[in-house]
Amino acid sequence: MRAERVGECVWEIPPSEKPGMRVPARIYASEALFQALDQGVFEQITNVACLPGIVGRALCMPDGHWGYGFPIGGVAAFDARSGVISPGGIGFDINCGMRLLRTALTEAEVRPRLGELVDALFRAVPAGVGARGFVDTDVDTFRDVMREGAGWCVRRGLGWPEDLDRVEGRGCLPGADPDAVSERAVARGHRQLGTLGSGNHYLEIQTLRPDGIHDAELARAFGIERPGQIFVMLHCGSRGFGHQIGTDYLRAFEAVMKRYGIEVRDRELACAPFTSPEGQAYFGAMNAAANTAFANRQVITHRVRDVFASVFGRDARALDLEVIYDVCHNTAKLERHRINGAERDLLVHRKGATRAFGPGCPDVPPAYQRVGQPVILGGSMETGSSLLVGTATAMTETFGSTAHGAGRTMSRHQAKRQIHGRKLIRSMAERGIMVRAVSEGGVAEEAGFAYKDLRAVVDVLARTGISCPVATFTPIGNIKG
Amino acid sequence: MGSVRQLEEIAIADCAWEIDAADLPDLFETAVRALAELTVDPATLAGTVEARIELRADSLDLLLFDFLSELIYRRDTDGVVFHGGRVAIDGDGPYRLDARLTGGRIDMASTMRSNDPKAVTLHQLAVEPHEGGWRARVVLDI
Repeated sequence: MRAERVGECVWEIPPSEKPGMRVPARIYASEALFQALDQGVFEQITNVACLPGIVGRALCMPDGHWGYGFPIGGVAAFDARSGVISPGGIGFDINCGMRLLRTALTEAEVRPRLGELVDALFRAVPAGVGARGFVDTDVDTFRDVMREGAGWCVRRGLGWPEDLDRVEGRGCLPGADPDAVSERAVARGHRQLGTLGSGNHYLEIQTLRPDGIHDAELARAFGIERPGQIFVMLHCGSRGFGHQIGTDYLRAFEAVMKRYGIEVRDRELACAPFTSPEGQAYFGAMNAAANTAFANRQVITHRVRDVFASVFGRDARALDLEVIYDVCHNTAKLERHRINGAERDLLVHRKGATRAFGPGCPDVPPAYQRVGQPVILGGSMETGSSLLVGTATAMTETFGSTAHGAGRTMSRHQAKRQIHGRKLIRSMAERGIMVRAVSEGGVAEEAGFAYKDLRAVVDVLARTGISCPVATFTPIGNIKG
Repeated sequence: MGSVRQLEEIAIADCAWEIDAADLPDLFETAVRALAELTVDPATLAGTVEARIELRADSLDLLLFDFLSELIYRRDTDGVVFHGGRVAIDGDGPYRLDARLTGGRIDMASTMRSNDPKAVTLHQLAVEPHEGGWRARVVLDI
């Protein structure tokens, strides 16, 4: 498939490359990242470009790789009146996302108690397959969680009111419709509130190395003050609840596409017109799942605060365990964007991609209006993660979107063949990273070598101007499912 | 029992299988076993649970989709992982499945847990005759 280099780190596949493409596809990548892309990315992003109502271009971020339906790192905007909504453009783990907390602690204070801290967090936050959550919600209560998201937690004393000021959409996406959610989804989800999950999900204690601050002024806006400062990062989503909603509507959409005259190049791209009853029902259910994911990260935050307070003998407020930001990377959101000089209402799908609104955008929290919306890129557990901010360029180039992480380079199975989990845990301990995991195999699957170099991804985002790097954090403790 | 091959180039953050079996029941029974082994060490499950699952779908690939989705659902809601049993399939579209399965419960203290497959995808999903037997391709979200 022919891709033309249209910028230093931008590659464009014209509509002539595949029958049915309605718009070009663009891939953001350096020469090295582009050459290393798997074939699936090209097939999948051009399949996305064939979907009805797509506007502008189908986009793939520099952490992109072969997914299902959309590639991971895929972004596409659809006209809110004539476009579609597709569960395959959002992912099963609806509102999988990242949350970053800062602390007033230093690495010098934490190191001597790191084992105790990691053990306590591992006990406090259920992880792995089969885990039940620590927040007891019956079916009726769970409907409140669907409607209110993180706000439900704060109302129940499982968070601080100001937490909501630093969560995308204040932790509650509008339009959640519990009536559009199946009983099966509720049955799967209502006992998983307060679980980390497994796979690439984690709870991590991180530090800031002297070379980790990329922009000191921006960093100060987030309370990132000095090398050695300790941070906590969370990566998890809507658990079985979101997956069941994805499953239910994927099956439903496949059955109704013919009625709407829609054909797709990958069945996982099954979709319905956004304004159709089916499309609106999925949107309502998806927002319900997104809100439970916000709630999940909120209650885990509450547990993290309790554990830190217990281990360090100081109140969580005294430890300054404040939320820096919480951002989704698997959603479809109704947003207004300027296209060819005119404002249009678009349904922006981001699958393994993060919203990255620039300074001054109304949806950016008041505290961050001057600097732009924080963007949290989860890297590998060996190499670290990054904080960036959205930019005005992202608003004009990528529907205010950016990458979500490092992006994998190899399958889980291949990673497991290359290293044993126990050996990796030992090796990481020797390098000062303490890991507690449900599954040793799961640790091997998440080895650093299974991911792209996060610095290369961040470099592309900076060079293309769609995000601005703030800081990079180095893991010292990791909890995994 | 059929065989399962990992497809390492497909959906690399997830899990892609190619399953070969002598006949359709064998194909579905092999999928049960593969899903269990992806999730836990079946030998470490607690107790014995038996269940009957009956499903109906317009095509064989969607029958496999629904069957694996049901196993994932029961694991999340009942804490049960099925790893064996017999599957009968009849009809020529729509197809009917009648499975009598054996499994055990996940015990958080003693069960060796590994992956958490959470959904079946439609990406490249296929169930087709192959060299005198049957072949399935399925991608699971991890």
